[in-house]
Amino acid sequence: MTPKIEIKDLHKSFGPKVVLDGISLVVEKGESLVVIGGSGTGKSVLIKCILGLLTPDSGSIKIDGEEVTTLRGKRREELMRKFGMLFQGGALFDSLTVWENITFAVRPQKNLTKAQARDLAIEKLKAVGLKPEVANLKPAELSGGMQKRVALARAICANPDIIFFDEPTTGLDPIMADVINELIIDCTRELGLTTLSITHDMASANKIANKIAMLHKGKIIWQGTPQEIHDTKNPYVDQFVHGRAHGPVTDEK
Amino acid sequence: MNFLASIGRVFIAFLTTVGRLAIFAVDAIVTGLRPPYYPRQILRQMLEIGYYSLPVIGLTAIFTGAVLALQSYSGFSRFNANAESSIATVVILSITRELGPVLAGLMVAGRIGAAYAAEIGTMRVTEQIDALTTLSTSPQKYLVFPRLLAGVLMLPCLVVIADIIGVMGGYLVSIHKLGFTPGPYLTSTFEFLKRVDVVSGLTKAAAFGFIIALMGCYHGYHSKGGAQGVGAATTDAVVSASILILITNYFLTALFFGI
Repeated sequence: MTPKIEIKDLHKSFGPKVVLDGISLVVEKGESLVVIGGSGTGKSVLIKCILGLLTPDSGSIKIDGEEVTTLRGKRREELMRKFGMLFQGGALFDSLTVWENITFAVRPQKNLTKAQARDLAIEKLKAVGLKPEVANLKPAELSGGMQKRVALARAICANPDIIFFDEPTTGLDPIMADVINELIIDCTRELGLTTLSITHDMASANKIANKIAMLHKGKIIWQGTPQEIHDTKNPYVDQFVHGRAHGPVTDEK
Repeated sequence: MNFLASIGRVFIAFLTTVGRLAIFAVDAIVTGLRPPYYPRQILRQMLEIGYYSLPVIGLTAIFTGAVLALQSYSGFSRFNANAESSIATVVILSITRELGPVLAGLMVAGRIGAAYAAEIGTMRVTEQIDALTTLSTSPQKYLVFPRLLAGVLMLPCLVVIADIIGVMGGYLVSIHKLGFTPGPYLTSTFEFLKRVDVVSGLTKAAAFGFIIALMGCYHGYHSKGGAQGVGAATTDAVVSASILILITNYFLTALFFGI
Protein backbone atom coordinates (compact mmCIF):
# COMPACT_ATOMS: atom_id res chain seq x y z
CA MET A 1 0.00 0.00 0.00
CA THR A 2 1.27 3.48 -0.80
CA PRO A 3 2.01 5.44 2.33
CA LYS A 4 -0.10 8.55 2.96
CA ILE A 5 2.93 10.80 3.33
CA GLU A 6 6.38 9.86 2.15
CA ILE A 7 9.26 12.28 2.62
CA LYS A 8 12.69 11.55 1.18
CA ASP A 9 15.92 13.40 1.87
CA LEU A 10 14.27 16.79 2.43
CA HIS A 11 16.58 19.80 2.67
CA LYS A 12 15.72 23.38 3.54
CA SER A 13 18.02 26.26 4.42
CA PHE A 14 17.41 29.91 5.17
CA GLY A 15 20.53 31.67 3.97
CA PRO A 16 23.49 29.99 5.65
CA LYS A 17 21.25 28.40 8.31
CA VAL A 18 20.48 24.76 7.55
CA VAL A 19 17.11 23.91 9.08
CA LEU A 20 16.19 20.59 7.50
CA ASP A 21 19.21 18.45 6.69
CA GLY A 22 18.00 15.35 4.90
CA ILE A 23 14.70 14.34 6.50
CA SER A 24 13.11 11.04 5.54
CA LEU A 25 9.77 10.05 7.05
CA VAL A 26 6.91 7.74 6.19
CA VAL A 27 3.39 8.09 7.56
CA GLU A 28 0.97 5.27 6.75
CA LYS A 29 -2.76 5.75 6.29
CA GLY A 30 -4.54 6.10 9.63
CA GLU A 31 -1.32 6.55 11.50
CA SER A 32 -0.70 9.33 14.00
CA LEU A 33 2.88 10.50 13.84
CA VAL A 34 4.17 12.98 16.38
CA VAL A 35 7.43 14.78 15.67
CA ILE A 36 9.12 15.96 18.86
CA GLY A 37 12.14 18.18 19.24
CA GLY A 38 13.34 21.34 20.94
CA SER A 39 12.41 24.84 19.90
CA GLY A 40 14.05 25.92 16.67
CA THR A 41 14.86 22.44 15.41
CA GLY A 42 12.78 22.90 12.28
CA LYS A 43 9.56 21.18 13.25
CA SER A 44 7.35 23.97 11.93
CA VAL A 45 9.44 24.25 8.77
CA LEU A 46 8.87 20.54 8.13
CA ILE A 47 5.08 20.93 8.30
CA LYS A 48 5.17 24.09 6.20
CA CYS A 49 7.17 22.28 3.53
CA ILE A 50 4.61 19.47 3.38
CA LEU A 51 1.76 21.98 3.19
CA GLY A 52 3.54 23.89 0.46
CA LEU A 53 3.77 27.11 2.46
CA LEU A 54 7.53 26.84 2.05
CA THR A 55 9.38 25.39 -0.92
CA PRO A 56 12.08 22.86 0.05
CA ASP A 57 15.53 23.25 -1.50
CA SER A 58 15.72 19.60 -2.48
CA GLY A 59 14.17 16.25 -1.71
CA SER A 60 10.79 14.74 -2.39
CA ILE A 61 7.41 14.82 -0.67
CA LYS A 62 4.76 12.38 -1.85
CA ILE A 63 1.12 12.48 -0.78
CA ASP A 64 -0.74 9.30 -1.75
CA GLY A 65 2.19 8.50 -4.02
CA GLU A 66 1.98 11.83 -5.88
CA GLU A 67 4.99 14.15 -5.88
CA VAL A 68 3.74 17.49 -4.50
CA THR A 69 6.82 19.71 -4.23
CA THR A 70 6.37 20.80 -7.85
CA LEU A 71 2.58 21.34 -7.75
CA ARG A 72 1.43 24.90 -8.43
CA GLY A 73 -1.75 26.90 -8.80
CA LYS A 74 -4.97 25.00 -9.30
CA ARG A 75 -3.48 21.56 -8.66
CA ARG A 76 -2.07 22.72 -5.37
CA GLU A 77 -5.39 24.21 -4.32
CA GLU A 78 -6.98 20.82 -5.02
CA LEU A 79 -4.29 19.08 -2.98
CA MET A 80 -4.98 21.50 -0.13
CA ARG A 81 -8.48 20.03 0.16
CA LYS A 82 -6.89 16.82 1.45
CA PHE A 83 -5.24 18.79 4.25
CA GLY A 84 -6.46 20.29 7.47
CA MET A 85 -4.19 22.29 9.68
CA LEU A 86 -4.45 23.40 13.28
CA PHE A 87 -2.11 26.34 13.78
CA GLN A 88 -0.30 26.99 17.02
CA GLY A 89 -2.12 30.25 17.75
CA GLY A 90 -5.34 29.04 16.13
CA ALA A 91 -4.93 31.55 13.26
CA LEU A 92 -8.67 32.25 13.22
CA PHE A 93 -9.69 35.14 10.95
CA ASP A 94 -10.49 37.89 13.42
CA SER A 95 -12.68 39.85 11.01
CA LEU A 96 -15.09 36.91 10.65
CA THR A 97 -17.44 35.24 13.13
CA VAL A 98 -16.82 31.75 14.47
CA TRP A 99 -19.24 30.09 12.06
CA GLU A 100 -17.79 31.95 9.07
CA ASN A 101 -14.36 30.79 10.17
CA ILE A 102 -15.39 27.15 10.47
CA THR A 103 -17.10 27.01 7.08
CA PHE A 104 -14.60 29.27 5.32
CA ALA A 105 -13.32 26.64 2.89
CA VAL A 106 -16.45 24.48 2.68
CA ARG A 107 -19.03 27.13 1.88
CA PRO A 108 -17.76 28.13 -1.57
CA GLN A 109 -16.85 24.51 -2.41
CA LYS A 110 -20.31 23.15 -1.71
CA ASN A 111 -22.27 26.35 -2.49
CA LEU A 112 -23.93 26.35 0.92
CA THR A 113 -26.47 29.00 1.85
CA LYS A 114 -25.87 31.07 4.95
CA ALA A 115 -28.30 28.96 7.00
CA GLN A 116 -26.80 25.68 5.81
CA ALA A 117 -23.30 26.88 6.58
CA ARG A 118 -24.32 27.98 10.05
CA ASP A 119 -25.94 24.62 10.77
CA LEU A 120 -22.82 22.82 9.60
CA ALA A 121 -20.67 25.05 11.81
CA ILE A 122 -22.90 24.33 14.83
CA GLU A 123 -22.61 20.61 14.16
CA LYS A 124 -18.81 20.91 14.07
CA LEU A 125 -18.86 23.03 17.21
CA LYS A 126 -20.72 20.22 18.95
CA ALA A 127 -18.05 17.78 17.81
CA VAL A 128 -15.44 19.84 19.64
CA GLY A 129 -17.63 20.30 22.71
CA LEU A 130 -18.77 23.89 22.21
CA LYS A 131 -22.27 25.33 22.46
CA PRO A 132 -24.17 26.65 19.42
CA GLU A 133 -24.19 30.19 20.88
CA VAL A 134 -20.46 30.43 20.20
CA ALA A 135 -21.17 30.45 16.46
CA ASN A 136 -22.03 34.15 16.33
CA LEU A 137 -19.08 35.39 18.38
CA LYS A 138 -15.86 36.85 17.02
CA PRO A 139 -12.63 34.93 17.76
CA ALA A 140 -11.36 37.76 20.00
CA GLU A 141 -14.28 37.11 22.37
CA LEU A 142 -13.15 33.53 23.02
CA SER A 143 -10.67 32.16 25.55
CA GLY A 144 -7.47 30.49 24.36
CA GLY A 145 -8.85 26.98 24.83
CA MET A 146 -12.05 27.84 22.98
CA GLN A 147 -10.07 29.37 20.11
CA LYS A 148 -8.11 26.14 19.82
CA ARG A 149 -11.36 24.17 19.70
CA VAL A 150 -12.83 26.43 17.03
CA ALA A 151 -9.60 26.13 15.05
CA LEU A 152 -9.88 22.34 15.37
CA ALA A 153 -13.49 22.51 14.17
CA ARG A 154 -12.33 24.55 11.17
CA ALA A 155 -9.53 22.07 10.42
CA ILE A 156 -11.90 19.08 10.36
CA CYS A 157 -14.84 20.85 8.69
CA ALA A 158 -13.90 20.04 5.08
CA ASN A 159 -13.38 16.34 5.95
CA PRO A 160 -9.66 16.26 5.13
CA ASP A 161 -7.60 13.05 4.80
CA ILE A 162 -4.60 14.37 6.65
CA ILE A 163 -4.55 16.78 9.56
CA PHE A 164 -1.49 18.64 10.78
CA PHE A 165 -1.25 19.87 14.34
CA ASP A 166 1.28 22.54 15.22
CA GLU A 167 1.84 22.45 18.99
CA PRO A 168 -1.82 21.74 19.74
CA THR A 169 -1.44 22.03 23.52
CA THR A 170 1.00 24.93 23.83
CA GLY A 171 -0.29 27.77 25.98
CA LEU A 172 -3.12 25.77 27.56
CA ASP A 173 -3.49 24.63 31.14
CA PRO A 174 -2.89 20.87 31.72
CA ILE A 175 -6.59 20.06 31.90
CA MET A 176 -7.50 21.97 28.76
CA ALA A 177 -4.45 20.43 27.07
CA ASP A 178 -5.80 16.98 27.85
CA VAL A 179 -9.24 17.97 26.58
CA ILE A 180 -7.67 19.02 23.28
CA ASN A 181 -5.66 15.77 23.15
CA GLU A 182 -8.85 13.75 23.56
CA LEU A 183 -10.66 15.82 20.97
CA ILE A 184 -7.81 15.22 18.54
CA ILE A 185 -8.12 11.49 19.12
CA ASP A 186 -11.92 11.58 18.81
CA CYS A 187 -11.88 13.67 15.67
CA THR A 188 -9.21 11.73 13.86
CA ARG A 189 -8.80 8.14 14.95
CA GLU A 190 -12.45 7.21 14.69
CA LEU A 191 -12.62 8.64 11.19
CA GLY A 192 -9.40 6.84 10.21
CA LEU A 193 -7.60 10.09 9.44
CA THR A 194 -3.87 10.38 9.15
CA THR A 195 -2.28 12.97 11.40
CA LEU A 196 1.11 14.56 11.70
CA SER A 197 1.69 16.63 14.81
CA ILE A 198 4.63 18.55 16.13
CA THR A 199 5.00 19.24 19.80
CA HIS A 200 7.44 19.47 22.64
CA ASP A 201 4.80 18.43 25.15
CA MET A 202 5.62 14.78 25.97
CA ALA A 203 2.30 14.15 27.73
CA SER A 204 0.51 15.17 24.55
CA ALA A 205 2.85 13.12 22.36
CA ASN A 206 2.31 9.99 24.49
CA LYS A 207 -1.43 10.39 24.28
CA ILE A 208 -2.03 11.12 20.61
CA ALA A 209 0.84 9.30 18.90
CA ASN A 210 1.13 5.79 17.64
CA LYS A 211 4.53 6.68 16.27
CA ILE A 212 7.01 9.26 17.53
CA ALA A 213 9.99 10.71 15.67
CA MET A 214 12.57 12.98 17.20
CA LEU A 215 14.02 15.86 15.21
CA HIS A 216 17.42 17.21 16.18
CA LYS A 217 19.64 19.55 14.16
CA GLY A 218 17.55 19.05 11.04
CA LYS A 219 17.70 15.25 11.13
CA ILE A 220 15.39 12.53 12.38
CA ILE A 221 17.54 10.88 15.04
CA TRP A 222 15.04 8.40 16.46
CA GLN A 223 11.71 6.78 15.56
CA GLY A 224 9.55 4.41 17.53
CA THR A 225 6.32 3.85 19.43
CA PRO A 226 5.32 5.73 22.61
CA GLN A 227 6.13 2.56 24.59
CA GLU A 228 9.61 2.29 23.11
CA ILE A 229 10.48 5.93 23.76
CA HIS A 230 10.65 5.40 27.51
CA ASP A 231 12.99 2.41 27.25
CA THR A 232 15.27 3.82 24.58
CA LYS A 233 19.00 3.93 25.17
CA ASN A 234 19.34 6.91 22.82
CA PRO A 235 20.81 9.63 25.07
CA TYR A 236 19.28 12.50 23.04
CA VAL A 237 15.77 11.12 23.24
CA ASP A 238 16.24 10.22 26.87
CA GLN A 239 17.26 13.76 27.76
CA PHE A 240 14.28 15.22 25.89
CA VAL A 241 11.72 12.82 27.30
CA HIS A 242 12.84 13.48 30.84
CA GLY A 243 13.35 17.20 30.29
CA ARG A 244 16.87 17.52 31.65
CA ALA A 245 18.80 20.76 31.20
CA HIS A 246 22.08 18.89 30.75
CA GLY A 247 22.82 16.16 28.25
CA PRO A 248 23.89 15.57 24.66
CA VAL A 249 21.16 17.82 23.12
CA THR A 250 22.24 20.93 25.03
CA ASP A 251 25.96 20.18 25.21
CA GLU A 252 26.42 20.43 21.44
CA LYS A 253 25.04 23.94 21.14
CA MET B 1 37.01 48.31 -5.01
CA ASN B 2 35.02 48.22 -1.79
CA PHE B 3 33.29 51.38 -2.80
CA LEU B 4 32.24 49.93 -6.15
CA ALA B 5 31.12 46.74 -4.46
CA SER B 6 28.85 48.62 -2.10
CA ILE B 7 27.31 50.57 -5.00
CA GLY B 8 26.75 47.26 -6.76
CA ARG B 9 25.15 45.75 -3.68
CA VAL B 10 22.72 48.63 -3.32
CA PHE B 11 21.87 48.45 -7.00
CA ILE B 12 21.29 44.68 -6.89
CA ALA B 13 19.16 45.04 -3.77
CA PHE B 14 17.12 47.70 -5.56
CA LEU B 15 16.61 45.52 -8.62
CA THR B 16 15.67 42.55 -6.42
CA THR B 17 12.98 44.60 -4.68
CA VAL B 18 11.62 45.91 -7.98
CA GLY B 19 11.49 42.36 -9.32
CA ARG B 20 9.75 41.03 -6.21
CA LEU B 21 7.22 43.85 -6.33
CA ALA B 22 6.49 43.20 -9.99
CA ILE B 23 6.03 39.46 -9.40
CA PHE B 24 3.83 40.18 -6.39
CA ALA B 25 1.62 42.57 -8.36
CA VAL B 26 1.37 40.41 -11.49
CA ASP B 27 0.65 37.33 -9.40
CA ALA B 28 -2.15 39.12 -7.54
CA ILE B 29 -3.72 40.45 -10.72
CA VAL B 30 -3.49 37.18 -12.66
CA THR B 31 -4.91 35.06 -9.82
CA GLY B 32 -7.44 37.77 -8.98
CA LEU B 33 -8.89 37.85 -12.49
CA ARG B 34 -9.71 34.14 -12.36
CA PRO B 35 -12.86 32.96 -10.57
CA PRO B 36 -13.96 32.52 -7.83
CA TYR B 37 -14.33 36.22 -7.05
CA TYR B 38 -14.87 37.79 -3.69
CA PRO B 39 -17.35 40.63 -4.32
CA ARG B 40 -17.89 41.18 -0.61
CA GLN B 41 -14.20 41.73 -0.05
CA ILE B 42 -14.01 44.13 -3.00
CA LEU B 43 -17.03 46.12 -1.79
CA ARG B 44 -15.66 46.27 1.73
CA GLN B 45 -12.34 47.64 0.52
CA MET B 46 -14.04 50.13 -1.82
CA LEU B 47 -16.08 51.40 1.10
CA GLU B 48 -12.97 51.58 3.26
CA ILE B 49 -10.93 53.57 0.72
CA GLY B 50 -13.71 55.58 -0.89
CA TYR B 51 -16.36 56.36 1.64
CA TYR B 52 -14.38 56.52 4.85
CA SER B 53 -11.66 58.70 3.29
CA LEU B 54 -14.18 61.40 2.32
CA PRO B 55 -13.87 63.58 5.46
CA VAL B 56 -10.08 63.66 5.27
CA ILE B 57 -10.08 64.34 1.55
CA GLY B 58 -12.79 67.00 1.83
CA LEU B 59 -10.95 68.91 4.56
CA THR B 60 -7.65 68.72 2.71
CA ALA B 61 -9.24 69.91 -0.53
CA ILE B 62 -11.23 72.82 0.84
CA PHE B 63 -8.28 74.33 2.70
CA THR B 64 -5.93 73.75 -0.21
CA GLY B 65 -8.28 75.54 -2.59
CA ALA B 66 -8.76 78.34 -0.07
CA VAL B 67 -5.06 78.85 0.52
CA LEU B 68 -4.37 78.74 -3.23
CA ALA B 69 -6.73 81.68 -3.75
CA LEU B 70 -5.14 83.64 -0.91
CA GLN B 71 -1.58 82.96 -2.03
CA SER B 72 -2.18 83.75 -5.69
CA TYR B 73 -3.97 86.95 -4.75
CA SER B 74 -1.07 88.23 -2.66
CA GLY B 75 1.48 86.93 -5.17
CA PHE B 76 -0.20 88.36 -8.27
CA SER B 77 -0.76 91.74 -6.67
CA ARG B 78 3.03 92.25 -6.78
CA PHE B 79 3.09 92.45 -10.57
CA ASN B 80 -0.42 93.74 -11.15
CA ALA B 81 -1.70 90.73 -12.97
CA ASN B 82 -5.40 90.73 -13.69
CA ALA B 83 -6.18 89.18 -10.33
CA GLU B 84 -9.77 88.08 -10.72
CA SER B 85 -9.54 85.90 -13.82
CA SER B 86 -6.02 84.59 -13.22
CA ILE B 87 -6.77 83.49 -9.67
CA ALA B 88 -9.75 81.46 -10.79
CA THR B 89 -7.64 79.78 -13.48
CA VAL B 90 -4.71 79.16 -11.17
CA VAL B 91 -6.97 77.55 -8.58
CA ILE B 92 -8.72 75.15 -10.93
CA LEU B 93 -5.63 74.19 -12.91
CA SER B 94 -3.52 73.57 -9.80
CA ILE B 95 -6.25 71.57 -8.15
CA THR B 96 -7.23 69.34 -11.07
CA ARG B 97 -3.76 68.78 -12.44
CA GLU B 98 -1.62 68.52 -9.34
CA LEU B 99 -2.90 69.19 -5.88
CA GLY B 100 -6.08 67.15 -6.08
CA PRO B 101 -4.42 63.85 -7.05
CA VAL B 102 -1.17 64.36 -5.14
CA LEU B 103 -2.67 65.53 -1.86
CA ALA B 104 -5.47 62.96 -2.01
CA GLY B 105 -2.83 60.34 -2.80
CA LEU B 106 -0.66 61.34 0.14
CA MET B 107 -3.58 61.49 2.56
CA VAL B 108 -4.89 58.11 1.45
CA ALA B 109 -1.35 56.71 1.61
CA GLY B 110 -1.28 57.66 5.28
CA ARG B 111 -4.72 56.34 5.98
CA ILE B 112 -5.06 53.26 3.81
CA GLY B 113 -1.46 52.25 3.16
CA ALA B 114 -0.88 52.07 6.90
CA ALA B 115 -4.14 50.24 7.56
CA TYR B 116 -3.43 47.64 4.84
CA ALA B 117 0.12 47.02 6.00
CA ALA B 118 -0.96 46.69 9.63
CA GLU B 119 -3.93 44.42 8.89
CA ILE B 120 -2.15 42.11 6.46
CA GLY B 121 1.02 42.20 8.54
CA THR B 122 -0.88 41.08 11.64
CA MET B 123 -2.50 38.34 9.58
CA ARG B 124 0.96 37.25 8.48
CA VAL B 125 2.52 37.10 11.96
CA THR B 126 -0.52 35.33 13.46
CA GLU B 127 -0.37 32.75 10.61
CA GLN B 128 -3.78 33.79 9.26
CA ILE B 129 -2.29 34.07 5.76
CA ASP B 130 -0.92 30.52 6.01
CA ALA B 131 -4.35 29.47 7.27
CA LEU B 132 -5.97 30.96 4.15
CA THR B 133 -3.70 28.84 1.97
CA THR B 134 -4.49 25.68 3.90
CA LEU B 135 -8.20 26.46 3.46
CA SER B 136 -7.79 26.33 -0.34
CA THR B 137 -7.97 30.10 -0.66
CA SER B 138 -5.30 32.12 -2.39
CA PRO B 139 -4.24 35.06 -0.21
CA GLN B 140 -3.44 36.98 -3.40
CA LYS B 141 -6.98 36.53 -4.59
CA TYR B 142 -8.72 37.04 -1.27
CA LEU B 143 -6.59 39.77 0.31
CA VAL B 144 -4.43 41.52 -2.27
CA PHE B 145 -6.53 41.72 -5.42
CA PRO B 146 -9.64 43.31 -3.83
CA ARG B 147 -7.44 45.97 -2.28
CA LEU B 148 -5.58 46.74 -5.51
CA LEU B 149 -8.86 46.96 -7.40
CA ALA B 150 -10.44 49.19 -4.76
CA GLY B 151 -7.39 51.48 -4.85
CA VAL B 152 -7.45 51.85 -8.64
CA LEU B 153 -11.21 52.43 -8.78
CA MET B 154 -11.79 54.59 -5.75
CA LEU B 155 -8.94 57.07 -5.82
CA PRO B 156 -10.16 58.72 -9.07
CA CYS B 157 -13.62 59.05 -7.47
CA LEU B 158 -12.06 60.69 -4.45
CA VAL B 159 -10.09 63.05 -6.67
CA VAL B 160 -13.22 64.14 -8.56
CA ILE B 161 -14.71 65.07 -5.20
CA ALA B 162 -11.47 66.71 -4.08
CA ASP B 163 -11.42 68.76 -7.32
CA ILE B 164 -14.95 70.02 -6.76
CA ILE B 165 -14.44 70.83 -3.09
CA GLY B 166 -11.04 72.41 -3.76
CA VAL B 167 -12.44 74.74 -6.42
CA MET B 168 -15.25 75.55 -4.06
CA GLY B 169 -12.73 76.45 -1.34
CA GLY B 170 -11.02 78.86 -3.73
CA TYR B 171 -14.38 80.29 -4.73
CA LEU B 172 -15.46 80.90 -1.13
CA VAL B 173 -12.27 82.79 -0.27
CA SER B 174 -12.33 84.77 -3.53
CA ILE B 175 -15.93 85.87 -3.11
CA HIS B 176 -16.20 86.37 0.63
CA LYS B 177 -12.72 87.49 1.57
CA LEU B 178 -11.21 89.01 -1.56
CA GLY B 179 -14.49 90.55 -2.67
CA PHE B 180 -14.67 89.24 -6.25
CA THR B 181 -18.01 88.97 -8.05
CA PRO B 182 -19.36 85.41 -8.33
CA GLY B 183 -20.47 85.42 -11.99
CA PRO B 184 -17.24 86.49 -13.70
CA TYR B 185 -15.18 84.40 -11.26
CA LEU B 186 -17.06 81.23 -12.20
CA THR B 187 -16.82 82.07 -15.90
CA SER B 188 -13.06 82.48 -15.75
CA THR B 189 -12.80 79.33 -13.62
CA PHE B 190 -13.98 77.19 -16.52
CA GLU B 191 -12.70 79.38 -19.35
CA PHE B 192 -9.28 77.80 -19.71
CA LEU B 193 -10.03 74.34 -18.34
CA LYS B 194 -9.31 71.59 -20.85
CA ARG B 195 -10.26 67.97 -20.76
CA VAL B 196 -6.63 66.89 -20.43
CA ASP B 197 -6.34 68.72 -17.09
CA VAL B 198 -9.00 66.58 -15.50
CA VAL B 199 -8.12 63.38 -17.34
CA SER B 200 -4.45 63.60 -16.40
CA GLY B 201 -5.42 64.19 -12.77
CA LEU B 202 -7.71 61.17 -12.71
CA THR B 203 -5.14 58.96 -14.43
CA LYS B 204 -2.64 60.00 -11.81
CA ALA B 205 -5.17 59.18 -9.12
CA ALA B 206 -5.67 55.66 -10.48
CA ALA B 207 -1.90 55.14 -10.56
CA PHE B 208 -1.53 56.47 -7.02
CA GLY B 209 -4.37 54.23 -5.80
CA PHE B 210 -2.56 51.23 -7.25
CA ILE B 211 0.73 52.29 -5.65
CA ILE B 212 -0.85 52.82 -2.22
CA ALA B 213 -2.65 49.48 -2.19
CA LEU B 214 0.36 47.62 -3.60
CA MET B 215 2.77 49.09 -1.03
CA GLY B 216 0.39 48.39 1.85
CA CYS B 217 -0.22 44.80 0.77
CA TYR B 218 3.38 44.05 -0.19
CA HIS B 219 4.93 45.31 3.03
CA GLY B 220 2.23 43.74 5.16
CA TYR B 221 2.52 40.44 3.33
CA HIS B 222 6.26 40.25 3.87
CA SER B 223 6.34 41.48 7.45
CA LYS B 224 7.87 39.22 10.05
CA GLY B 225 8.77 39.15 13.69
CA GLY B 226 5.66 40.14 15.62
CA ALA B 227 4.55 43.61 16.64
CA GLN B 228 7.85 45.27 15.75
CA GLY B 229 7.80 43.76 12.27
CA VAL B 230 4.26 44.95 11.67
CA GLY B 231 5.24 48.43 12.84
CA ALA B 232 8.18 48.50 10.46
CA ALA B 233 5.99 47.24 7.62
CA THR B 234 3.48 50.02 8.27
CA THR B 235 6.16 52.69 8.19
CA ASP B 236 7.71 51.23 5.04
CA ALA B 237 4.32 51.11 3.33
CA VAL B 238 3.50 54.76 4.00
CA VAL B 239 6.98 56.09 3.24
CA SER B 240 7.48 54.10 0.05
CA ALA B 241 3.97 54.87 -1.19
CA SER B 242 4.45 58.61 -0.57
CA ILE B 243 7.82 58.72 -2.33
CA LEU B 244 6.60 56.65 -5.26
CA ILE B 245 3.57 58.93 -5.60
CA LEU B 246 5.79 61.99 -5.89
CA ILE B 247 8.15 60.32 -8.39
CA THR B 248 5.35 58.87 -10.49
CA ASN B 249 3.63 62.25 -10.44
CA TYR B 250 6.61 63.86 -12.13
CA PHE B 251 6.80 61.29 -14.90
CA LEU B 252 3.05 61.23 -15.55
CA THR B 253 3.03 65.02 -15.77
CA ALA B 254 5.91 64.95 -18.26
CA LEU B 255 4.07 62.29 -20.24
CA PHE B 256 0.73 64.10 -20.36
CA PHE B 257 1.94 67.56 -21.11
CA GLY B 258 4.78 66.46 -23.36
CA ILE B 259 7.47 68.58 -21.77
